[in-house]
Amino acid sequence: MHSEPLNDRNVSEHSAYYYVDIEEYPTTGWDKFKQVVKRTFRGELFVGLWVVMREMIKFDIHTVKYPLEKLPIGPRYRAVHKLLRLWESGYERCIGCGLCEKICISDCIRMDTKIDENSRKEVTEYSINLGRCIFCGYCAEVCPELAIVHGQRYENGSEQRAHFVIKDDMLTPLDFLTSGQQAEYPGFGSITPNESVTKTPLAY
Amino acid sequence: MDMAFIIETIVKIVVILLVFSALAGLGTYFERKVLAFMQRRLGPMHVGPFGLLQVAADGIKLFTKEDIIPQNVVKPIFKIAPVITAATAFMAAAAIPFWPQFTVFGYTVHPIVADVNIGILYVLGVMAIGLYGPLLGGMASANKFSLISAARSAAVFISYEVISGLSLLAPLMMVGSLSLVDINNYQVGGIGHWIIWSQPVAFILFWIAAFAETGRTPFHLVANDHEIIDGFGTEYSGMRWGLFFIGEYANMFFISFVIAIIFLGGFGDGTIAGAFQLLLKVAFFFFFFLWTRAAWPDVRPDQLMWLCWKVLMPIAVINVVITGLVMMF
Repeated sequence: MHSEPLNDRNVSEHSAYYYVDIEEYPTTGWDKFKQVVKRTFRGELFVGLWVVMREMIKFDIHTVKYPLEKLPIGPRYRAVHKLLRLWESGYERCIGCGLCEKICISDCIRMDTKIDENSRKEVTEYSINLGRCIFCGYCAEVCPELAIVHGQRYENGSEQRAHFVIKDDMLTPLDFLTSGQQAEYPGFGSITPNESVTKTPLAY
Repeated sequence: MDMAFIIETIVKIVVILLVFSALAGLGTYFERKVLAFMQRRLGPMHVGPFGLLQVAADGIKLFTKEDIIPQNVVKPIFKIAPVITAATAFMAAAAIPFWPQFTVFGYTVHPIVADVNIGILYVLGVMAIGLYGPLLGGMASANKFSLISAARSAAVFISYEVISGLSLLAPLMMVGSLSLVDINNYQVGGIGHWIIWSQPVAFILFWIAAFAETGRTPFHLVANDHEIIDGFGTEYSGMRWGLFFIGEYANMFFISFVIAIIFLGGFGDGTIAGAFQLLLKVAFFFFFFLWTRAAWPDVRPDQLMWLCWKVLMPIAVINVVITGLVMMF
């Protein structure tokens, strides 16, 4: 159906809108009685009985036995964050620009940086307060280096939420990287497959 | 009194108590399974094979939970109310013949605790006393929702006593006896002699009243979860709440027995086949309690009262009058 008849919100023969047919409410006692008789003998109760009985006979169970079976989650699902490494050198992608800290609307990202001996900015501390994080995804979106992304890890159990966002836990382990298991975030601006992100040269 | 008779009666009482306490537990299991299947779920699955031991898990939970008596309740009444519900439910079972009489080692057993000649009157009367469980428990709980539930249960139970009594009057006039064994023997001739064929209106009325008396779903307003939490059970915990629960489920089983015996021929001629037919009929009525819970919405309290006094009671009275006229001429 084209959208033109829907654009005209007035009820007429040209538009797709029409009034729902609602019967008049009964006012007199006799009308109420007739309504009751009609409803009683129309057998709607048996329709309800048949519907649930049909579902029971079909036995088309939709339960997912969660810890044993899991539903696939979307590739762009926004669970606990991950910090990625460069494919070719294994160096941390994060350049310490601080954009994620700046854009974070719940103000939960903190980072400390220093200039290392190669006069390159180095991230010394990086923490996300998951008690405040609303998983909006702005940090991953603003990151110019695709360094911080959202992961798929939604099953978190610990005594403190802070345990999930220690920097060493978020950062891809080196053996993961060498075995090619680092998952790229497939959202907007993601790297094309087989392209390796290289370290930004100092002399630009 | 004869010693053998006393021992026999005590054994019967213990057997009935044990069997129906266990059945009440199994009833919750079947309820959860049936409701789950009708809603495309699996129901209890993890405790034991097919979740069968869920009953035991629930029992352990109820028995070991702390028995909390809230501060502002009327303590003696609060404590006795669940016992009334469970006790009256089981007391009603005394006059119900669960099985035709049979002979073990030359000893004839009547599987009925007390074959009184006013059986159905006794059953209905004791079930009516069951009203005091929700009523007293709700009023003693010092909780608004419990109080609403108590008021509703008083209104519903008393109103539907009228329906169940009047609707039973017509078949009782035909049988000419109040004993459930006599009513059963009246229909001994097979399926054509069942009272349901001569008294279909009374059957449907009594069935509707059974839903109100057990507080099952179309008439579940006594403890409607979405309006008044658990009604009279809100302040109860542990085994006191469990007694309410056992009482409700035992009532469902006993009222199913009563319907099957009065209207559907009971155990027929008393053979083993007839006895198993009785169990099948009871199973159907119990299943129907669960079935309606999955399918039908609840009615409002005022609609329920309206249905009782303006629709069902006149029909029941007319039914009695017509039965009397037919019998007279």
